[in-house]
Amino acid sequence: MSTLLTILIDGLIYGAWLFLVAAGLTLIFGVMKVLNIAHGNLYAIGAYVAATAMGAWFADRPPSFAAFAIQLGTAMVAGVVMGLVLERGVLRRLRGRDEVSLALATYALLLVLDDVIQFIWGTSAYPASAPYGLLGSSEINDLRFNNYEFVLLAAAIAVGLLLWWLLQRTRTGRCLAAIIRDPEMSAAMGIDVERLYLATFVLGAVLAALGGALTAPMIQVAPGLGAEVIVVTFAVIVIGGMGSIPGAAVGALVVGLARAATIHLFPFAEVFIVYAVMALVLAVRPEGLFPQAALRKI
Amino acid sequence: MNSLRRSDASLLGLLAILAATALFTPSWLMSLLAVALAKSLVALGLLLLLRAGLVPFGHALYYCLGGYVAGLGTPWLGIRDTLLLLALASLLSGSVAFVAGFLMRRYRGIFFAMLSMALSMILYGVLLKSQGLGSSDGFTVARASFFGVQTAGVGAIRSVYLLTAVVTLLAAWGVSRYLATAMGHVGPAIRENEVRVEYLGASPSRVIHMEYTASGALAGGAGALVAVLVGQVDPGMGFWMTSGEFVFIAILAGAGGIWGSLAAAFVLEGIHALAFEYAPQYWKFVLGAALLLLIVRFPSGLSSILKTRGKVPS
Repeated sequence: MSTLLTILIDGLIYGAWLFLVAAGLTLIFGVMKVLNIAHGNLYAIGAYVAATAMGAWFADRPPSFAAFAIQLGTAMVAGVVMGLVLERGVLRRLRGRDEVSLALATYALLLVLDDVIQFIWGTSAYPASAPYGLLGSSEINDLRFNNYEFVLLAAAIAVGLLLWWLLQRTRTGRCLAAIIRDPEMSAAMGIDVERLYLATFVLGAVLAALGGALTAPMIQVAPGLGAEVIVVTFAVIVIGGMGSIPGAAVGALVVGLARAATIHLFPFAEVFIVYAVMALVLAVRPEGLFPQAALRKI
Repeated sequence: MNSLRRSDASLLGLLAILAATALFTPSWLMSLLAVALAKSLVALGLLLLLRAGLVPFGHALYYCLGGYVAGLGTPWLGIRDTLLLLALASLLSGSVAFVAGFLMRRYRGIFFAMLSMALSMILYGVLLKSQGLGSSDGFTVARASFFGVQTAGVGAIRSVYLLTAVVTLLAAWGVSRYLATAMGHVGPAIRENEVRVEYLGASPSRVIHMEYTASGALAGGAGALVAVLVGQVDPGMGFWMTSGEFVFIAILAGAGGIWGSLAAAFVLEGIHALAFEYAPQYWKFVLGAALLLLIVRFPSGLSSILKTRGKVPS
């Protein structure tokens, strides 16, 4: 019973983290049909920027709640800058290409950004533990959880609600729905498609950077961060159905719980359980759990 | 028919040149060439699938599997002969690809890429956790032996190099022959319009399944050759970045068909060697920038791979 509860809480926290990163990825794919393989690098940049900023700020100050402002603020700026640069610099030149070429282009961006990150931050690890100890810890079932981990959960719920509100309850959301159906027709109706593409990509990049910044205090920020994250988030959005925000939430939960269960019950399977679940889901539902409707061309 | 014969003759010529270089090239260059040849062997398999518009982002699975089979053949089965190890690795990888093919044949586009990556990451995860197989460090592969003759030093590298050259060029010959058959022409048609291919009476799924199996066997063979050459295998062979490199070679190969695959792998290994010599930390940057330039500037590099010889009006 206590193992079950532990698995549930661990799975929820891991799932929350997954959703934070996957939401931006699936949003970008849904609207722009770009499977952004460089998403993991945006995540890594967010983590590095937040870690560096906090390291500089707290070098001669005691830890305080200003940590959260610095962490989130700097990551947001980094996300906006990277989003603008990548969208305007690269993706805009590739409008109208097929999904596979677009994915390959972002794979090229991943290779470039990997080395750029290494050039700026080097190969040493950056600790960024400032906000981690601030909130204390709580005990559930004789198990100690750092309260910071629940911040992650709250952040994921907030992001989910925000995206739901944005897509379902605003004019922008309706324009996006139109663009998803038919970009050309939407443009003819007077929607500024280019501007919304840019906004979507920047929003996705900011979400990735925020995910990285929020994770930074729990880990050592070191090279290889992005490559680890991106394949797991792929699995999440593929399980959920690419382009669907509720799908990403369900996918994150499924993967989070599956992983927590294997860690506690079959530690051997930890590394590959995510992909096994993904292969299983795809075998039963080829387009994931909540696929976007698509037209069939004859 | 004439052009086919000419390409056969060119392949023979290339083999002769490669064999001749073995007499006087230093061993580091021979290793480099052998790795390039092995990678073009993988790229030849990918060429088949890319022609059908499928991007196999997970062939590191078969490459890695082939490497491990070659490595384990000696301690587990007592097989020492390189040719036997190669055959075993290729056969096993091909069989795994055949089984996985029943799943893969149902997918197209981005889902095919994602699912093949997921499968390769499963193997990577298993190997990473297998302490008996050296976990993340992998293990040492026994020295190559040919028909009972144990080789060592430069002789070992030379013999593996020659074997790789023969196997790769044989595969190139086979692929070029296959592409000239009726079935070989179905691939580009699938990419253009799969439903019409079905109307015409061909089975896209079956063709894709067959090509997937063949490409798995080729990648497995390449993995075995590299394992014997380098004398070491590790899970990194199965990481998705390795698959990315293979896809890169195949994209670079573009419209060149089998010749493109051979040339692209040599170019890539050349850049690799240069970057390692002068700026080891910027290797990925160079690779990524080149790929980006290729995609942005030369969109036909991607699609012209799918072009049939006589251009069909669409």
